[in-house]
Amino acid sequence: MEIQSTEYKRCTVIKASGRIDGSNAPELGAALKQLNANGIFNLVFDMPEIKFMASAGWWVLIDIQKACKPKGGELVLAGVDKGIRESLKLVGMDTYFKIYDDLTSAVGSF
Amino acid sequence: MKKNRKFPGSLECLGDVCDFVTHCAKECNLNEAQVYAVQLAVDEATTNIIEHAYKGHLPNEFEITCEELPEGLQVVLHDTGKAFDPASVPLPLLNVPLEELRSRGLGVFLMRKMMDVVEYDFSPEDGNVLRMVKKKGG
Repeated sequence: MEIQSTEYKRCTVIKASGRIDGSNAPELGAALKQLNANGIFNLVFDMPEIKFMASAGWWVLIDIQKACKPKGGELVLAGVDKGIRESLKLVGMDTYFKIYDDLTSAVGSF
Repeated sequence: MKKNRKFPGSLECLGDVCDFVTHCAKECNLNEAQVYAVQLAVDEATTNIIEHAYKGHLPNEFEITCEELPEGLQVVLHDTGKAFDPASVPLPLLNVPLEELRSRGLGVFLMRKMMDVVEYDFSPEDGNVLRMVKKKGG
């Protein structure tokens, strides 16, 4: 899975594509944890090219949110696919993240 | 339509599993949301087979059978690992403060939410058999 990271003035955007499941969720987690280790806690996960997300992926994002919030930051989501968004809402996990329709809005929220 | 396929007991097979059930779901004329529900439920079930049923064992094959029923798509997963009953997994605590969220049980919870039927059986001879149905009207 290719993971791209772009630094902005007040946040860092991380982008991945394809599917996130048990086989590659740890890789995503490692990339996000590295940003935390570098003192970055304002994060945007840009998701328009993510077409499938299993619960393994959600737990990675939850763990990162748990790390960001106590540091005064947060992880927000941008461009979440409709199917993913509906499954998130179904299990009530959408309340743990701010979700923006596009990257510009997400970056601008910081 | 009835199709079955065997997969290796490794997380690297998840993409192939998804492709297989997606193809079958579309052949049954499930809509986009229903296809996604099948993808998600089967992914969670497959991950459970690999991480629980086959945990501590040499990775083994498992089999997925997709069959079109009058009411929708039936997906049966069969593995020869140790008994793993999804009903034994407690429901996850949701709608709690962030720091109280724990990962256990979300995969099984998603399966139950996404599919209209989730039935499990185990025998020492046959292993685990998980039957799920996604109804077209559901």
